[in-house]
Amino acid sequence: MFDVIGRNFVFLMGGLLTTFELAVLALAGGIGLGMLVGLARLSKNPWIYYPITAYVNLLRNIPLILVIFWFYFVMPIIIGEAMAPFPAAVIAFIIFEATYFGEIFRAGYQTISKDLTAAAFSTGMTYAQTARYILIPIAFKRMAPSLITQSIVTFQDTSLAFVIGLTELVRRSSIVDNMEVRSIELYGFAAFVYFIVCYTGSQISLYYENKAREVNLI
Amino acid sequence: MNFAYDFDWSVLWRDPYGVMLIKGLGMTIFLGISAWIIAMAVGIAVGTLRITKYRLLRMLGTAYVEVFRNIPLLVQMFFWFYAGPMLFGETLSRQINRLDGLAIYVSIIGLGLYTASRIAEHLRAGFASISKDQYHAVLSTGMTQVQMYRCVIIPYALRLTIPPLTTEFLTVFKNTSIVMTIGVAELTFQSYQIDAETFHGLEATTGAMLIYLLLGMTVVKFMDLVEKKYKIQGLMGR
Repeated sequence: MFDVIGRNFVFLMGGLLTTFELAVLALAGGIGLGMLVGLARLSKNPWIYYPITAYVNLLRNIPLILVIFWFYFVMPIIIGEAMAPFPAAVIAFIIFEATYFGEIFRAGYQTISKDLTAAAFSTGMTYAQTARYILIPIAFKRMAPSLITQSIVTFQDTSLAFVIGLTELVRRSSIVDNMEVRSIELYGFAAFVYFIVCYTGSQISLYYENKAREVNLI
Repeated sequence: MNFAYDFDWSVLWRDPYGVMLIKGLGMTIFLGISAWIIAMAVGIAVGTLRITKYRLLRMLGTAYVEVFRNIPLLVQMFFWFYAGPMLFGETLSRQINRLDGLAIYVSIIGLGLYTASRIAEHLRAGFASISKDQYHAVLSTGMTQVQMYRCVIIPYALRLTIPPLTTEFLTVFKNTSIVMTIGVAELTFQSYQIDAETFHGLEATTGAMLIYLLLGMTVVKFMDLVEKKYKIQGLMGR
C-alpha cells in the first residue's frame, strides 16, 4: 500500500529539503527583522513608531496566501522581470513573519526593567549598544518558548508557497498524486512528516518553558 | 523601479470583477461563520475532555489537539478533500465525489476541526484559571458532574476566554483563504481569478487586502460588544 511513498521517496524528500530551506531563510530573516520591528514598536519617535505600527497591524490582519500572491505580483514591477517562486516566497515570508516575531520581541523588551537600560546608558553605552548587548539577548532568552512556537507556525506556513508553484513537500505530494492517485498514502505521509518535525519542536518549546519557570526567569 | 506597469484600478469595480470580489467576500464570511460554529462545538467538547478526571478521556483530548495543531492546515485540507472520500470505500467515495459543492462542505469541516484544536487550548487555559474551590462549591450544591460543566464551569471559562477567542475568530476568516487551493471561490480565489483574466493581479490582491482589513476591523468591533456584554463583574477589565 505504501509502496508509492517508497518509489517516490527521493522526489518527496527533495521537496522536504526545499521546505526546510525556505523555513530557515524565513526564520533567519523574520527573527532578525522582528528584533528591529519590536524596537520600533516601542520607539518614542513618531516617524518610526506610526509607520511600523501600521505595517504590523496591516499584515497581521491579512491572510498569508494573499501576501504571498501580492509579493509575487509586485516583485516583477520592482525588479522589471519575472521572479522565480523561491526568492519571491522568501521575501514574502520574511516581511510577513517579521510582524509576528516583532510582537513577540516587543513583549520581551517590555519585561525588561527600566533601571537596567538606565544603568546601561549611564555607563556611556549608546542606544544601539544597549539594544545589541542588553535588550535583544534578554528578550531572546525570555521569549524562547514563544519564539519556538512561532517558528513551528512558520515552518507549517511554508506549505502555502504551494500556491505560487514552489515545489516543496506538499506540491510534490500533489504532483505524485496527480499521476498515481494515492491520496491517502501521499497526504498521510506529508502530514506525518510535518507532525514529526512540529511535535518535536513543540516538546523542545515545552522543555524551555519549564526550565525557565524552574529558575524563575518568567 | 520599472514604471512601465500600467495600473488599472478599475478591475476592482468594473463588471464582472467588482461582483466577483463581493461574491468572494460573501463566501469568505459564510465559510468563516460556519466553520466557527463547528469549531466552537468541537472545541468546547475537546477542551472539556482535557480536564476531566478520567485519564483515557484526557489522553484523547490531548491527542486531538496535538494532531490538528502540528499538521499544516493546507495538508489537512488536501487530505480531507482528496483522501477523505476514499476512506469510505470505493462505491461510497464515488457518490461522495459527485456531491454538489463538496469542496465547500470539506472546507467548513476541515477548517472547523482545525480551529477546534486551538479553541480547546484556549479553553483549557480558561479552565485552569478557575479555582478548585469553585468546582467543590458547585458539587456541594448537589449538582452532578455533567451539570457542573454545562451550567457553571463551561459558561464561566468561555467568558474568561473571550479575548483569545476574538483572535481566533479573526484567524478563522484569514484561514478561509486556504480553501482556494481546493477550488472554493472565496475572496483570495476571486482576486487570483481576476489576475488570470486581466493580468492585473496586483490591483486585485491589493483590493482584497483592504477588504480583509475592513472585515477584520468589523469582527473586532463586534467582539468588543460581546466582551462588554459578557464581562464578569468584579474582575479586572480594560
